[in-house]
Amino acid sequence: MLLSVEGLTIEAGGRRPILREVSLSVGRGEIVGLVGESGSGKSTIARSVLRLLPAGARVSGRVAVEGEDVLTMGQGALRDLRASKVSMVYQDPRSSLNPVRRIGDFLTERMVRTLGRPKAEARTRALELLDAVGMRDPGARLRQYPHELSGGMLQRVVIAAALAADPALLLADEATSALDVTTQAETLALLRRVQAERELGMLFITHDLHLAAAFCDRVHVLYAGTVVESRPAKELFADPRHPYTAGLLACTPELGDPRPIRPIPGRPPSLDDAFTGCPFAPRCPEATAACEEEPPRPVAVSGGTAACRLVEA
Amino acid sequence: MVRKLAGLVATLLATSFVIFAASYAAPGDPVTFLAGGKENLTPEYLAAIRAQYHLDDPFLVQYGRWLGDAVTGDLGRSTQYHDQVSDLMAARLPSTLALVAYASVLFVVFGIALGVLAAVRGGRTDSAVVAGTTFATSVPAFVTATVLISLFGVQLGWFPVMGGGSLWHLTLPAVTLALGALAIISRVTRQSMIEQRELDHVSVARAGGLSERLIVVRHVFRGALGPIVTMCGLVTAGMLAGTVTVETAFGLNGIGSLLVNAINTHDFPVTQAVLLLMVAAYIAVTTAVELLHPLIDPRVRSRA
Repeated sequence: MLLSVEGLTIEAGGRRPILREVSLSVGRGEIVGLVGESGSGKSTIARSVLRLLPAGARVSGRVAVEGEDVLTMGQGALRDLRASKVSMVYQDPRSSLNPVRRIGDFLTERMVRTLGRPKAEARTRALELLDAVGMRDPGARLRQYPHELSGGMLQRVVIAAALAADPALLLADEATSALDVTTQAETLALLRRVQAERELGMLFITHDLHLAAAFCDRVHVLYAGTVVESRPAKELFADPRHPYTAGLLACTPELGDPRPIRPIPGRPPSLDDAFTGCPFAPRCPEATAACEEEPPRPVAVSGGTAACRLVEA
Repeated sequence: MVRKLAGLVATLLATSFVIFAASYAAPGDPVTFLAGGKENLTPEYLAAIRAQYHLDDPFLVQYGRWLGDAVTGDLGRSTQYHDQVSDLMAARLPSTLALVAYASVLFVVFGIALGVLAAVRGGRTDSAVVAGTTFATSVPAFVTATVLISLFGVQLGWFPVMGGGSLWHLTLPAVTLALGALAIISRVTRQSMIEQRELDHVSVARAGGLSERLIVVRHVFRGALGPIVTMCGLVTAGMLAGTVTVETAFGLNGIGSLLVNAINTHDFPVTQAVLLLMVAAYIAVTTAVELLHPLIDPRVRSRA
């Protein structure tokens, strides 16, 4: 397995852990979706793959990339992992780039400063990459500053930089959420293309379940730091088993769908909300008194698992 | 650019007016000082002096005459030394400029180094730097001067205690002057670096495997440079007008001591010229900093 996360639990001072017993895996050439509301811990999972953990966090479990445990490896191996094995694409391309350095600097920094390649070679590679992500006149782009490019162009630059060291795994953390709809579609197409061309494993994080279902092979739905349902994308979309997944699907309007929009009542739990039972129980339309008693275990459903007592029954 | 230049000229003009008005309104009649000894205080002689110095003209006429002369480079003659004011200043300026330059190098190098140290190390180093620089700044210059003189000048004998002329002579005065600025610069550096460190692109760089040292140099410090350069410029500009105490304490013949002397002896042409020079120097330094900004931040460049 390219990436395997097993029983990852991260606590950082709140009344409940940021992540509780999260397990997931990404194979080579596979796109795995991670869906949840803000605060559900999706970004924390992506960041823990690069060991970018919140200050003072207590971590247990295992995060392995190509079999090596990221959480325990030495500093040198960690830098090597960050530089050449795993790359991340972020939500806001504008804040991902240093505003006072040139695009060329951003693209070659990792190759020259971390991997020690000659400058000329890195520059040639940067030009190739910009060309590969569909930027016109790459030579001129290298000399420009971030504020001179649009958000969509910058996201292309960020993706190009992510590909610089031929990583095996790409972490896309809400990579298209901050972009215009048209740019969003272009960026998604680009991500899909580079992923297929290079057979990358991709962890695709989004709050949009419809998007995840359309874009990914498998989807994990996250709620309050736990995986509540993980299924192949198509099955999840057609037949959600966890009430939260069903709720997420029901609260996005669709053209030609006469049903009223039904938002999930209540608000997503914060780190100060602790639970004895199922974390979703307070907002769940089907919850019974028994749901509040103990946390539900994931049970096998068609194609994957769902953590809900009602599925068991 | 034209607007900026016009602004500078307007500022200089306004300050020149304030300076002239202030010395006009200052207590004491200049005639009594111009007359020299008591035996000269006859009405006829005073009237002659008034006529010679145009002291009976209306205020605005006097200002206009002074300004017109100043623009052509004629700052008048000192009433005390009877030399050309410009010659007096030319003689005093080098030692003040050298002193300020020396002090600036010291506070820029040490202030930024301490600020970076505090921001990067944090914890106890941070507290020690903040406490140390605050202490150094809160001690008045004349006390620092006295302590430095008695320790390094008298007891250890490493540095001369009086006079100027060499870097050696200027070291203790420059240290005294720089200590006062250390806290501001180190604090601004520290704060600016801490703000920059929290930015997303810094963690993006970290996620790309860049070493911490390079992150600090290439991203954190580079981003923090704007406020640091501005502050260094302002402090240097302020120093140009604040060398009086240090020059007096170390017996340096600089612009500061010239000014104090001129004020004490009601030497108006010198007072006005020195004040005007200080204002001009302040404007020059802040303008230089402003011109430097587009080089530091490309976003400023494209806005202009």
